[in-house]
Amino acid sequence: MHGTFDGKDAVKRTLPELTQEETLRYSRHLILPEVGLEGQKKLKAARVLLVGAGGLGSPLGLYLAAAGVGRIGLVEFDTVDLTNLQRQVIHGTKDVGRSKLQSAKERIHDVNPNVEVVGYETRLTSENALDIVRDYDLVVDGTDNFATRYLVNDACVLLGKPNVYGSIFRFEGQASVFATADGPCYRCLYPEPPPPGMVPSCAEGGVLGVLPGLVGLIQATETLKLLLGIGESLAGRLLLVDALGMKFRNVKLQRDPKCPACGTRELKALIDYQQFCSVRGREPEPEKIAELTPAEVAAKQARGEDFDLLDVREPHEWQIARLPGARLMPLATLGATLSQLDPNREIVVHCKLGGRSAKAVRQLQAAGFRRVWNMAGGIARWSQEVDSKVPRY
Amino acid sequence: MAATVNLPSVLARLAADQKSVQAAGSTLGEVVSDLTRRYPELGPRLRDEKGQPYPYVIFYVNDEDVRFQGGFQAPIRDGDEVVVVPAIAGG
Repeated sequence: MHGTFDGKDAVKRTLPELTQEETLRYSRHLILPEVGLEGQKKLKAARVLLVGAGGLGSPLGLYLAAAGVGRIGLVEFDTVDLTNLQRQVIHGTKDVGRSKLQSAKERIHDVNPNVEVVGYETRLTSENALDIVRDYDLVVDGTDNFATRYLVNDACVLLGKPNVYGSIFRFEGQASVFATADGPCYRCLYPEPPPPGMVPSCAEGGVLGVLPGLVGLIQATETLKLLLGIGESLAGRLLLVDALGMKFRNVKLQRDPKCPACGTRELKALIDYQQFCSVRGREPEPEKIAELTPAEVAAKQARGEDFDLLDVREPHEWQIARLPGARLMPLATLGATLSQLDPNREIVVHCKLGGRSAKAVRQLQAAGFRRVWNMAGGIARWSQEVDSKVPRY
Repeated sequence: MAATVNLPSVLARLAADQKSVQAAGSTLGEVVSDLTRRYPELGPRLRDEKGQPYPYVIFYVNDEDVRFQGGFQAPIRDGDEVVVVPAIAGG
């Protein structure tokens, strides 16, 4: 039997009974009149899809399982990396290198063996999204990129499933509930994504480890409220979280009558979201720039070639790790420091992953430098392919 | 007319590290122009080359979405509070 969602009383299917063990386990819920036996049975009957078992997905998975959500679907294709553990608390040190899906599944079963975990070890795509989402009462968006966020939103709008949204960057976060019966959707808030490269990823920009805990648990709270049909949902509001100021602010969201997804409904099927989030004719694809691999740069150094190795990262990154012979000139102030460079010398530019250095190469070329190379993959790739003693971060 | 403009930290960096800035103007567009004049690096993050808002940087005046109040033509009164919300995708 399938549940329907009217935004008020989420789960409408024959409610299962609680076992004796469950009655004891959920006793602190059962004695809340707003939850009670009926509410706990609704949670047991509920089906929630988590897209992503990363920063946001970690607290979501743990707490929704602990709360007794009966079926949790998990979409995740990645493996656990040591750099994840600073915030992705569903995974442990022993899990490094393992599939995130397997690791999360085990942890959830340890928290609450009554929960059925359905794993989807794949990327969510335009081809599989509707089939996966269809089986759930609501979707929680814990993804880390714009393309998947638009995909999750559109699938939710098309299928009439609420989309519990959260996103984070550095010390700040956002949360809302989209695609309820009358509420706005993600596209009403952001009709178009920023051009690629404009907003740095958490890998480049960093994120305070507790922040996804904070925002993920706001999403978990909204999820439980929707399933139980209690409280005032964040639908129609965007919650802005500022961890440094420890300020929470609500701004109003409205359904946009011109929204192609939930307004005019001209969007009738899922689209190509990689293309939607790439250049889309707004600006021409930047010209390819000349690249060298870290191994090629190391070989140039070993041959004693005369060139400048420019590091355009920030000073606090320079303190973590640096390359032999490199010279620090942060991208943010490159315009002012350019005159210190000799335009006739050969220059190789690097950063952490290769994105900022590509911008610096273009800036140098525009300033008349002719012999400029980008080091592909940055210091991270140097650490993997040339010298593992250079710390990875 | 002067409004208080609240910036997320990623934009505050471009406004002498101020998360809250006073700016003058009788419309939101004028407030943005005032900020752009004083903090030239901030300008391109708030509006495009034609001076229009981006679809991924949303402005709120007194917590109302300005797209439903005339966009950059939205009137500003003394003491109004503007919040700038750029799209972020981390998770």
